[in-house]
Amino acid sequence: MVKVEGLHKYFGPLEVIKGVDLEIREGEVIVVFGKSGSGKSTMLRCINFLEEPTDGTIQIGDMKLSGGHRNRRKREQIRQLRIQAGMVFQDFNLFPNMTALENVMEGPVTVKKIPRDQAERTGRETLQKVGLAEKAEQHPARLSGGQKQRVAIARALAMEPKVMLFDEPTSALDPELIGEVLQVMKDLAQSGMTMIVVTHEMGFAREVADRMVFFNDGVILEQGPPADLIGNPQFEQTRKFLSAVLEGTN
Amino acid sequence: MAEAPQRSTEEEEEANARRRAFAMAAAYEERKFRFRVALVWLAIFIVATVFLSMAKFDWGWMIDKAPQIFKGAWVTLYISFCSIILAIILAVLGALARLSKNPIAYGVSGFYTSFFRGTPLIVQLFMWYFAIPQVALNVVAKFGLPSSFYRASVLSAVLAGILGLGFNYGAYMTEIFRAGILAVGPGQTEAAEAIGMTYSQRMRRVVLPQAFKIIIPPTANEFIAMTKDTALVGFLGSTLFWYDPFTYGRTLGTLDSRFIEGLLVAASVYWILTGILTFFQTKLERKLAKAYARSNVDEQSADVPSRSQRWFSLGGGGGPGGGAGMTQIPEGGDH
Repeated sequence: MVKVEGLHKYFGPLEVIKGVDLEIREGEVIVVFGKSGSGKSTMLRCINFLEEPTDGTIQIGDMKLSGGHRNRRKREQIRQLRIQAGMVFQDFNLFPNMTALENVMEGPVTVKKIPRDQAERTGRETLQKVGLAEKAEQHPARLSGGQKQRVAIARALAMEPKVMLFDEPTSALDPELIGEVLQVMKDLAQSGMTMIVVTHEMGFAREVADRMVFFNDGVILEQGPPADLIGNPQFEQTRKFLSAVLEGTN
Repeated sequence: MAEAPQRSTEEEEEANARRRAFAMAAAYEERKFRFRVALVWLAIFIVATVFLSMAKFDWGWMIDKAPQIFKGAWVTLYISFCSIILAIILAVLGALARLSKNPIAYGVSGFYTSFFRGTPLIVQLFMWYFAIPQVALNVVAKFGLPSSFYRASVLSAVLAGILGLGFNYGAYMTEIFRAGILAVGPGQTEAAEAIGMTYSQRMRRVVLPQAFKIIIPPTANEFIAMTKDTALVGFLGSTLFWYDPFTYGRTLGTLDSRFIEGLLVAASVYWILTGILTFFQTKLERKLAKAYARSNVDEQSADVPSRSQRWFSLGGGGGPGGGAGMTQIPEGGDH
């Protein structure tokens, strides 16, 4: 479903990703974790070309793309790729000039050219799914952080993507608001959505992830089912990081 | 969940009464201050009137000619409106070009802002009015073009004025618009890109609507400044019908040897005009500050200090605390 091959990313002279290969099957839920600066978020952003891959290819479904000069044709291909991948940001990035419903309808109406009344119907259904049907007419400024993030998830879902990318979706939230967002993500995983989640929520990972991927210094150091990776990490770095994270949460 | 201990109603009422007393005391202090400021203004007017009367000032002439000179305000407003619309169009295009990676767009807009900000407005106005027909005449002669081309290049003073003011202010406002667009932030662009929007969809639907909210207050400032700069158009020579207040005041004053009187009436036209516009600008600014406000509570609590803001900014254009709460972005510079 999603395939990252030979990915390298430089920011100027700094190599942030040093050769990453990752394949995700349909319906698989992957949790990516690792120290900040290890390249996990950058990889996620490379998958929908918010960052230009310096080298390597990204495949979603049967669309395969690599980095390079963005001419008109390339821009259109990137756009098509992005439509396949729903993205959820750490800072929500809702459009403050639109209501929750308008945020959710924006992609279908403007990008997919779906008629307004139809988009509104599905938009309300999607908001219902994240438990915010009654907030449809509110502007983001009137929503709590958890509600904002749920609207952001609905906005991404409304495009009917093949894969959902979550970039530390609960890091900017107050502790008491994290649960509602994770619950929506769990429901989504149970519905069979393919998901790549960058997070340090180990409880969520243990419960929902099919596979965990540990990033260290720009490469995938270790991966496997949560039980194995959390229970019996093979590398010292993984062990250290896990104990630090688990200490923080317990 | 632990319930917060209930405060007794008595205690609450007492707290409310104290809060009300504070608010009233503050409001009283504010009224007292405003009254004193008004007295200062009145004193200045009285002193000026007495002084001018001693200098054999012809008040009768001023009252006599005022209606005629005040009519020029329509010319001022007409030129200002047309120019600001042209300036806004140029500023949107200029700002988008300044932010683009296309070397042609970037280069052209860079040249545009550099030239029109780097040369005096009055020189630019003369160029629109005098230089263009001259160039057109030479081009027509050299390439044997029809003479209608030359005739089209001879602009009326008003049209040359609109183009001159529009291009000049557009260059300054390019910087305002650029800053406004940048203030929207990269997260919004990324979110729009992530749902597959094209550049133009992103700008139209997401970035520009938010940028305009930031841009409107400084644009209104530019508009107010522009109403005064329309006086320069008078130097291009006007048809009688299109006299602006300055030209009216100057011409009528010269005819009757009432120079100061004529200029003072003209000045008061601009002064009153900018006063009215500033009043509306302050209202608009407060309305925009409330847009997508977090809750009703914020709006209510913001009500008390804002009343004084309105009053102050009437006099001096953004006096103490004028336009509080708006995002500050750099102005284009001095005119």
